[in-house]
Amino acid sequence: MNSTYEVIIGLEVHVELKTQSKLFCSCSTEFGADPNTHTCPVCLGMPGVLPVLNEAAVACAVKAALALNCTVHPFSKFDRKQYFYPDLPKAYQISQYDEPLAEHGSVPIVIDGAVAKTVAVRRIHMEEDAGKLNHLGQRLGDAKGSMVDLNRAGVPLVEIVSEPDMRSADEARLYLTELRNILSYLDISDLRMEEGSMRCDANVSLRPLDYHGSLEDLPRVEIKNVNSIRNVYRGIEYEIARQAEKMGRGERIVKETRGFDDQNGRTYSQRSKEEANDYRYFPEPDLPPLVLTASYIEEAAQSLPPSSMAIRQELAEAGVTANDAEVIVADRASLVYWRSATAVFADKRQVTNWMLSDVSRLLNAYGDTFWTARVGPQALADLLALIERGTLSGRMAKEVLDRMYETGGRAEDIVQSMGVSQITDKAAIQTVVQQVVAGNPHVVQDYLSGKDKALGFLVGQVMKQTKGQAKPDMVNAILKDVMADYAKA
Amino acid sequence: MRIYEMTAGDIASKVRRKELSATECMEEIAERIGRVEPFVGAFLHLNLDEAMRQARAIDNLPSGERERLPLAGVPVAVKDNMATQTMPTTAASKILEGFVAPYDATVVSRLRHAGAVIVGKTNMDEFAMGSSTEHSAYQLTRNPWDQDRVPGGSSGGSAAAVAAQMVPVALGSDTGGSIRQPASYCGVTGFKPTYGRVSRYGLIAFASSLDQIGPLARNVDDASLIYEVIAGYDPLDASSLRVEKALPKATDVSWANVRIGVPKQYGSSGLDAGVQARLAEVISRLESQGASVVEVSLPHTEYAIAAYYLVAPAEASSNLSRFDGVRYGYRAPGADLLEMYENTRAQGFGEEVKRRILLGTHALSAGYYDAYYLKAQKIRTLIRQDFEQAFAAVDVILTPTTPDLAFRFGEKSQDPLQMYLSDVYTVTANLAGIPAISTPAGLAGGLPVGMQWLGPIMGEESLLHIARGFEKLWPSEGWPALGGDA
Repeated sequence: MNSTYEVIIGLEVHVELKTQSKLFCSCSTEFGADPNTHTCPVCLGMPGVLPVLNEAAVACAVKAALALNCTVHPFSKFDRKQYFYPDLPKAYQISQYDEPLAEHGSVPIVIDGAVAKTVAVRRIHMEEDAGKLNHLGQRLGDAKGSMVDLNRAGVPLVEIVSEPDMRSADEARLYLTELRNILSYLDISDLRMEEGSMRCDANVSLRPLDYHGSLEDLPRVEIKNVNSIRNVYRGIEYEIARQAEKMGRGERIVKETRGFDDQNGRTYSQRSKEEANDYRYFPEPDLPPLVLTASYIEEAAQSLPPSSMAIRQELAEAGVTANDAEVIVADRASLVYWRSATAVFADKRQVTNWMLSDVSRLLNAYGDTFWTARVGPQALADLLALIERGTLSGRMAKEVLDRMYETGGRAEDIVQSMGVSQITDKAAIQTVVQQVVAGNPHVVQDYLSGKDKALGFLVGQVMKQTKGQAKPDMVNAILKDVMADYAKA
Repeated sequence: MRIYEMTAGDIASKVRRKELSATECMEEIAERIGRVEPFVGAFLHLNLDEAMRQARAIDNLPSGERERLPLAGVPVAVKDNMATQTMPTTAASKILEGFVAPYDATVVSRLRHAGAVIVGKTNMDEFAMGSSTEHSAYQLTRNPWDQDRVPGGSSGGSAAAVAAQMVPVALGSDTGGSIRQPASYCGVTGFKPTYGRVSRYGLIAFASSLDQIGPLARNVDDASLIYEVIAGYDPLDASSLRVEKALPKATDVSWANVRIGVPKQYGSSGLDAGVQARLAEVISRLESQGASVVEVSLPHTEYAIAAYYLVAPAEASSNLSRFDGVRYGYRAPGADLLEMYENTRAQGFGEEVKRRILLGTHALSAGYYDAYYLKAQKIRTLIRQDFEQAFAAVDVILTPTTPDLAFRFGEKSQDPLQMYLSDVYTVTANLAGIPAISTPAGLAGGLPVGMQWLGPIMGEESLLHIARGFEKLWPSEGWPALGGDA
């Protein structure tokens, strides 16, 4: 990087909507079925069939638009985007061209819990997904054949187009992360980039500092088919370096589409966009315009869950650190878990700590999520209550949690069966302390003469005799009392 | 009276009352088709065995069920651009040779549920593009009134089948006149309802914003009967209207209360002298009944043909893109994907279809869209407004259906522009979405002349009522003799 140019990044994100049926027919949208089993004459593009708009998809798209602070238009329309390809049965995609569902939104870029920058969202429109080609060779050009699977053809999508407002790969990463956060609370999509239910194309260009023309006119490289947020970041980093090097050599940047190879972290040329495709858009005559009443839009707005910034606020007020809050904000399941657990256990920081350390460790080990956690919020709260009451030490509680996760048992039952309950009986601890003090006069002398480390040895002796069940802070306090008496004596 | 001469309404009422069996009817229809069809060539596919089975099934119904069927035992022919599960649906194109749809068009299933018997699929201009049925990839259809002449198009097979008394009624589709023009050439009644009245689900799209299915029949009552069965909201067609359909009153027309408009722009050059004479006679007969016939102005008519031949090919170029050889229909091999596409479409489509795909593709291209497609859509709005203003002053507008009479084979097919211009009176109804019906008005030089009646949007009730009233004023010329008819 040097200071002769500015990085310009805009992102186009496709999100598959989690509706029961496809956008224009009643076929299932379920992922992973046998090829071409979720198809019908409509999504196969047979002669004479007609699209009928799925209203559930409209409801999802409107929610997404409102959550991204867009203005939802009461009037929008569908258009045909035309090109020939075997994964596109009608040879046109029904999309929205010049009158999209919504425009003028924004996504915050959040650093340390605060909004560092706001990226403008240009537009959100609805469209149908294409099918999938499984090539029998490396590329369609030299493949021996291609298998067409149209299960995905017609699955509803929203395309979310940002303004070219991002200035680094890191900002792009944070934009995508926050976009996913926001959409995740709406429960309208699986948002799985690895399965393609969320897809990102990144447009990257470098603006020479002495260039003051339109950003649209800069030669732009579009990186397509990137399957994770991390790889979007890597692809952009690579592309910035590649273009900077070319510019440094005085070479022209070519407008093109590039793929990303996650093995070597590089982008590679797919096709030149020098000759723009002519998609011959025109209004879809088979569908009436999409007209939404003000009350429909208002009701959708009222039904939205709290925003990601409101959730951060809620977590901050509960004493959750900004770093921990980001982890919770990024995982709707953990937020739901956190809310349930803190509803039944007052020390919210303690809940957060346990969730993000030991519960998370177990979720990873068992391949679970906070949705499927085998120790639920109430069970965790019960365990934490035992610590609070002094029945368990923190260290013991970890062991109990492990057993709870393994067996599905209740905390108290496991404490009983393991016999690990903490000794909090002052008299009992005092007896052991007196024995240890009596048996180690030299160490006691060391302590009394100022060697603080000697206290640790004595505590260790007490814990050893009580098999670790004595409550440590009580042992400490009682030891100090007993030795103070001993010194006086 | 022979069964094949009976109206659909008579057949249905006799079958309902068991005065006639559907089987007996179908047997005579099959015999009639066998005798006459070789002279006409109206059908691309006949399935008489299946038709006989359907007829027997209707006869075997409990009488309570049969009595509820509005088309009990009525033989119907269906244009070959409407999907049928029991017969191929090719739209008279090589690219769909042998294609059998896994679904019935909504109109077809409504006919079946009403007790109709589908006898076959009728010939047409390929993908409904043409005015003579000469653009079929498969065969010529001859006009029953003069076998050297075309039946009109694109629903030429349906019109010829009805005129030749092979079926009492048939379905056609009308994008720019494709029901009314062949009805006029063949001397039958052809009715295009308001856009959205009849579901387009299963109709192979030509121009989606213009296409509308309607009946061809030997009288207005039969056309109304079929219309009643096929019209109505269909959840499978987002452009179908959610409004109640109303049927014409059975009363006589009191002509003194009818205001008839005749567009001054329609009397222009190119109007056949015979047709013009018929129009004058029609007007004077209506006036003698007390109707008021006034001139109306439809000033944007002169742009109608130009607008139509931009909108229709533009939509067609998109609608016909799906015929790519990938999933169904004809496929020509190629060295790679692009070559397969090119070979398939080059070999699968006929000349007229390719001409319109090219026209439409050009009209939608970047840099031309505003000048062509968008401007044509604006003209549509102006034409619709012309009609709205005209219908403020008159109940119905009367024009000849076509400026000419059925022409000889080959006479116009070499000159596409001449062919396009013969749609001048019919395309405005599609551009404006209004209902229109063509009714026979005698012969000129032995060839049928048709009069077109145009009504306001959703004005079917009054339009059909007036058309039926006119039918009573103008006795039928009878039907052409064919295949040894006496």
